[in-house]
Amino acid sequence: MTLSRRSASTALGLIAAMSMTSAAVSEELTIATVNNGDMIRMQGLTDDFTEKTGHTVEWVTLEENVLRQRVTTDISTKGGAFDLMTIGMYETPIWAKNGWLVPLDDLSDEYNVDDLLPAMANGLSYDGTLYAAPFYGESSMIMYRTDLMEKAGLTMPDAPTWDFIKEAAIAMTDRDNEINGICLRGKAGWGEGGAFITAMSNSFGARWFDENWKPQFDTQPWADTLNFYVDLMSKAGPPGYATNGFNENLSLFQQGKCGMWIDATVAASFVTNPNESTVADKVGFALAPDNGLGKRSNWLWAWALAIPAGTEKEAAAKEFIEWATSTSYIELVAEKEGWANVPPGARTSLYDNPDYQSVPFAKMTLDSILSADPNNPTVDPVPYVGIQFAAIPEFAGIATEVSQEFSAVYAGQQTVEEALEKAQALTTDAMEAAGY
Amino acid sequence: MARAVTTNRKLINTLIAWAIGLLIFFPILWTILTSFKTEAQAISDPPVFLFFDWTLENYSIVQERSNYMRFLWNSIIIAGGSTVLGLIVAVPAAWSMAFVPSKRTKDILLWMLSTKMLPAVGVLYPIYLIFIELGILDTRAGLVIVLMLINLPIIVWMLYTYFKEIPGEILEAARMDGASLKDEILYVLTPMAVPGIASTLLLNFILAWNEAFWTLNLTAAKAAPLTAFIASYSSPEGLFYAKLSAASTMAIAPILVLGWFSQKQLVRGLTFGAVK
Amino acid sequence: MATQQSRSAARLMMAPAVILLLGWMLVPLIMTLWFSFRVYLPMRGGDQGWAGLDNYIRFVSSSSFWPSIQVTLIIVGGVLAITIVFGIMLALLLDQPMWGQGIVRILVIAPFFVMPTVSALVWKNIFMDPVNGLFAHLWKFFGATPVEWLSQASLQSIIMIVSWQWLPFATLILLTAVQSLDGEQMEAAEMDGAPVHKRFWFLTLPHLGRAITIVVLIQTIFLLSIFAEIFVTTGGAFGTRTLTYLIFQRVLESQNVGLGSAGGVYAIILANIVAIFLMRIVGKNLDK
Repeated sequence: MTLSRRSASTALGLIAAMSMTSAAVSEELTIATVNNGDMIRMQGLTDDFTEKTGHTVEWVTLEENVLRQRVTTDISTKGGAFDLMTIGMYETPIWAKNGWLVPLDDLSDEYNVDDLLPAMANGLSYDGTLYAAPFYGESSMIMYRTDLMEKAGLTMPDAPTWDFIKEAAIAMTDRDNEINGICLRGKAGWGEGGAFITAMSNSFGARWFDENWKPQFDTQPWADTLNFYVDLMSKAGPPGYATNGFNENLSLFQQGKCGMWIDATVAASFVTNPNESTVADKVGFALAPDNGLGKRSNWLWAWALAIPAGTEKEAAAKEFIEWATSTSYIELVAEKEGWANVPPGARTSLYDNPDYQSVPFAKMTLDSILSADPNNPTVDPVPYVGIQFAAIPEFAGIATEVSQEFSAVYAGQQTVEEALEKAQALTTDAMEAAGY
Repeated sequence: MARAVTTNRKLINTLIAWAIGLLIFFPILWTILTSFKTEAQAISDPPVFLFFDWTLENYSIVQERSNYMRFLWNSIIIAGGSTVLGLIVAVPAAWSMAFVPSKRTKDILLWMLSTKMLPAVGVLYPIYLIFIELGILDTRAGLVIVLMLINLPIIVWMLYTYFKEIPGEILEAARMDGASLKDEILYVLTPMAVPGIASTLLLNFILAWNEAFWTLNLTAAKAAPLTAFIASYSSPEGLFYAKLSAASTMAIAPILVLGWFSQKQLVRGLTFGAVK
Repeated sequence: MATQQSRSAARLMMAPAVILLLGWMLVPLIMTLWFSFRVYLPMRGGDQGWAGLDNYIRFVSSSSFWPSIQVTLIIVGGVLAITIVFGIMLALLLDQPMWGQGIVRILVIAPFFVMPTVSALVWKNIFMDPVNGLFAHLWKFFGATPVEWLSQASLQSIIMIVSWQWLPFATLILLTAVQSLDGEQMEAAEMDGAPVHKRFWFLTLPHLGRAITIVVLIQTIFLLSIFAEIFVTTGGAFGTRTLTYLIFQRVLESQNVGLGSAGGVYAIILANIVAIFLMRIVGKNLDK
């Protein structure tokens, strides 16, 4: 069985190799992607792909929320508007389960699937089969200003606790000079503030659902999480944090207005880039904080390329995946933009590379990724997979509404108790509607 | 208008009107100015108004990232196509409503307007499925049809109000002279209705140009107009005010210029029969 | 007056528009109605069978339903009030003799040409951002704490953005009406010593009545379905979830097409109530 599959895949590989050389089957691929820096860079390098394979690429670059709405509509109606889609760890297992994605079990030997970081490969697999190839992977970690930390007379441990973070944040805050001790996401949306607070709640012992899919917002750990967050942000957060997401915080940090920032590991390359950041040489890194309960508050995510089932250009789409998520693509970027700017978090070999090891955030990124466990995300057992999300189709909608209630707390429009009560009610309602 | 106006009063009017005009226009002006700044200048405190190092860098970055001309071309085709098609369908309808009114004419008109109130999101899935079925997903033709249908009620209504202003006697006189229905529309009615048709055309072009729900959800790469172009700039990583401003300026500039050139026409025509 | 022949010709000419609109309205409407009675979950493989009235009951009994109706009406009402009041003032001002009238008019109508998405993005980031926005700089300059517009004054901010977009339209229509005011009548009243506010109340305003109803009608049609402005600025948070936005959340974010379709049917009902209400007023005015 394994043997026959192997030989079949070799045959497919041969066919793919042959098609690469023949100019007759040059296809035009339509690829939907998100407007993140690494993807924008990839667009600029598309010529390399066209040169190597003869296929051309049409890019549909959209902002994250619009992209999600657009590709979800298309895949669930089998619209076929795209030959490749950029999706994440949340969508992949759900879509794969519905049979909407082409399995990536016949990638070439040269591609070396085993080199993918196991955490990423697992998160992008369903029933042990890979359905999306990680373009870059991320966890979250603390980025902090070494100069401000020193000024506050404190030293950041490699693995701090939330109590230390609060102490440091308050000590670093200097509102007259527009320096906020800590910047965190508060923006409504499951992929924005929702992702942060969920990951944070894991370290407080909270969970979304118990083993019987009963929502858990009426439990103490959730109240603790929110109260801690609101207290911390009101004492040391920036004004208007209720509408700050990844981008807002990134630009605050780059302008030197944050003492600490807990967010995606990919941000490390932006805050240490002297062309974009005013504090590039003063950034330190540490693991996301915990509460001594055994779980840290870091998440795990990958932006990955997947092929919708039923596309006529499957072979060409696979060639693109093998190009975009390969080690040679990483080398191409390194050659043009430097090692600090290569797409991180996808391949083991990258972290073994001595050139990359000299990048200041490489080790902490890897450590953060390795410390995240989507299969056991919480202190108490849960029936779902996923750290900052629960991989069920209903989650995105529910979590967006829940995070809107939370954001209303951050903006001072309601109390923590009111928000949790509403969250519990609307989650219960939605889960009932979905038939749990 | 023979009222004597003192220079003083005219001066005060002028000052107030200019102040308010500039205030209303300021957000657009500021966006255009910001598009020529560097990212650091775009957020500097205190803000710089005119005295900064003007740069075209943002425009070249935006152009490098996305092929502006193609989005622009799609926008022109889609907005123009839907407007022309809409007029072809609407002119006869409005003509018959204005000159051969029946008891139900007004009901039909009001019903047409009420179709515009259907919430677009509610029917996204049905329309998407129909588009797949017809194979017109991500085609300009598909969008031309949808936008034509969306704006058809407004076109019919606007034309109806113009046509009603045209005295019926003239048409009857033409009819007496033996003009056929075709001649009547082509040679008598149309010339009189040109200002009305022109402003209908303009208004509809603007509405179609700015429509952002269907144009975004029914396109991928090939038919995507400027609304999709702007959707990739809403939150890039890091500082982006200057780039956002450049992309915004590129998205609104064509229609702004068109609007300015034709504003007299628009003002003259935009009466909706409000003026007798 | 019209002959039988021209009557049938008229019907023939009306046919394409009526049939097209009928198709455009009925096909999606029937599909929406169908979906609203089904358990239709795209993420769980599509149509899962008959739902009865479940979707309808669930949609209304959700705690977000009534607030969303309220928010919808507040936004529509707020924008209408602002655009009409300021529109009349602007129209009266622009009617006065002045230098550079044409240019001022261009400046005033410019926002109408700006795409809703662009205007929302620009307002949100470049103006209303509490740290880097222009308003924040302005507030700090005067020693005040910057307002967190989109979280603390979310509804007002959205009404402001939308009003900015629609003020030119209202002004234009009202201006054409003001320009047609009977100058002689006005002068006569002035000579009789009627004070300014009386002249406005008894002469100008009644004359503008028809133009105002037109503004109300056209704007309401567009305002009931505003979407981009909310999607870009608050994403429905901070009490800005309109009925349209709630349906969007059900259909696209929760991927529950059945539930969303039921919401769509409610939205159609609401739109029709508003429409009938409006048509009553406009219908009367159209006959004048």
